[in-house]
Amino acid sequence: MIWLGIETSNAPLSVAIVRDGEVLSEIVQNTKSTHSVTCMPTIEEVFRKTNLKPVDIDAVAVSEGPGSYTGLRIGVTIAKTLSWTLKKPLVGISSLKVLASNVELFDGIICTMFDARRKNVYAAVYKGKELKTIIPEHHGSLEELLQQLKEYQETIMFVGSDVKKFKEEIQSVLGEQAKFAPPSLNLPRASKLIELAEKEPLPTLEMVHSFVPKYHRLAEAEANWLKAHQKEQKG
Amino acid sequence: MENLILAIETSCDETAASVIRNGNEILSNVVASQIDSQKRFGGVVPEIASRHHVEQITVVIEEALEKASIVPSDLDAVAVTEGPGLVGALLIGINAAKAFAFAHGLPIIGVHHIAGHIYASALVEPMKFPLLALVVSGGHTELIYMKEHGSFEVIGETRDDAAGEAYDKVARVLNLPYPGGPHIDRMAHEAKKGVDFPRAWLEDTYDFSFSGLKSAVINYKHNLEQRGQSIVPEEVAKGFQDSVVEVLTTKTIKAAKELGVKQVIVAGGVSANRGLRESLSKALEQEGIPFTAPPLSLCTDNAAMIGACAAYMFEAGVRSDLSMNGLPGKELKSWSNTDDKLR
Ligand SMILES: [Zn+2]
Repeated sequence: MIWLGIETSNAPLSVAIVRDGEVLSEIVQNTKSTHSVTCMPTIEEVFRKTNLKPVDIDAVAVSEGPGSYTGLRIGVTIAKTLSWTLKKPLVGISSLKVLASNVELFDGIICTMFDARRKNVYAAVYKGKELKTIIPEHHGSLEELLQQLKEYQETIMFVGSDVKKFKEEIQSVLGEQAKFAPPSLNLPRASKLIELAEKEPLPTLEMVHSFVPKYHRLAEAEANWLKAHQKEQKG
Repeated sequence: MENLILAIETSCDETAASVIRNGNEILSNVVASQIDSQKRFGGVVPEIASRHHVEQITVVIEEALEKASIVPSDLDAVAVTEGPGLVGALLIGINAAKAFAFAHGLPIIGVHHIAGHIYASALVEPMKFPLLALVVSGGHTELIYMKEHGSFEVIGETRDDAAGEAYDKVARVLNLPYPGGPHIDRMAHEAKKGVDFPRAWLEDTYDFSFSGLKSAVINYKHNLEQRGQSIVPEEVAKGFQDSVVEVLTTKTIKAAKELGVKQVIVAGGVSANRGLRESLSKALEQEGIPFTAPPLSLCTDNAAMIGACAAYMFEAGVRSDLSMNGLPGKELKSWSNTDDKLR
């Protein structure tokens, strides 16, 4: 079984081809380049390096969010199009879980997060070794999350490139309870994405058309409209 | 010319795909509109547009291929709008086009949205050069001279609002639902007389300006309301439309005569406007200059026009690659290399 994995949920980019659990080629990149420019050429590169053709793959895995709206849409659009036109199933995995799997061997609590601006984060919390979800992916305030984490009275490993922005605040609430992953484990890897996707049941091909990113937030205009509309209905 | 092209267009709020044979035959032309969603916001919200494009993109491409009874191996190239447009919206079409092209080993061609609008006319009848194109839409008001295929020279453009923008703003003043253009057009036809609004001539240039007209409409309404009176919306619509149409027609005729063109084309969303079509067609007939106004379905954003344009680019050897990016402010550049400046 040959997998193509695509991860563009945030600034870093990763693409991999994995055959029967073995990584044939993987690119992990953390440069300022835009995914729209680099993602397809990077996919082309992993195919070239593995001497494989697009038709050779059996399934596609993509990071489905949360993350940067544009980043997610680029990865998902490419994954959807390849999957649909090559008639291969598409599996979406939480981008926070992909990151957590970098430290899955850690025997404790794992918290992954992305900056969502205005002291908010996209975050999820997992229990190590099996990555059991303790707090599901969500958008919320960092402060609330840290208060929740404090209750666990266990060591918590923070993972992700954005964690350094919140290090002081994390330490001020959690003190010694907080541990931080080394920088090399802060980048999402498409090979880990594929590992997680392999554990999921393969969706039918019909599911591809309706596949969309999990933004975990309404567009601002949509949220405002709903608010106004609900008021209207009540009044 | 013999080629078969899959074209994709997602520059604003329409998700569109089309299969075009030989640059003039439409095998399919699928457009998924977001208008019902965007209507809620009184205009196009870029983030919402991008989200809808992701939902629709593979469905629309599949439908275009199925309606055309085409499989990917029949195709010669994949074309996609590269810009201008909303960047987040452009990126969906571009990345889908790149992924599709890569999956099937096809070349990819990035098309300028305005060049696409102009080439909609090639789906109606062959283009006759030199020609003059009046491009009027929500984002554009331009007079473009074409010496030959792939040669573009913008000889006039708006200095402030695009014609379509002015229509939308005046529609808001008149409390008309989005999009307001068709409503103004209809109301103008219902009115017996129009309010006398100014025309911005900008002498000795082919440039346009519509912001003064828009302000005049706002002031007119305001002044009447101050006196406790209310406007007759139909008369305001007619007065406004008459001003826009007269300026567009007069400048187009002047340029067409001065440049001695063999054909005038009107393109873009606002070219669906009945008032403008009638006025241009009458004035050009008097001058004996052939006039092409594509059917309404080819005036609003669609992928068939992108495919028509790409067919000529394909013949000329123009190619993009997998690093193509969305260019929200993409300039209209010529692809024919024999192009030299008009003046
Ligand atoms: Zn347009």
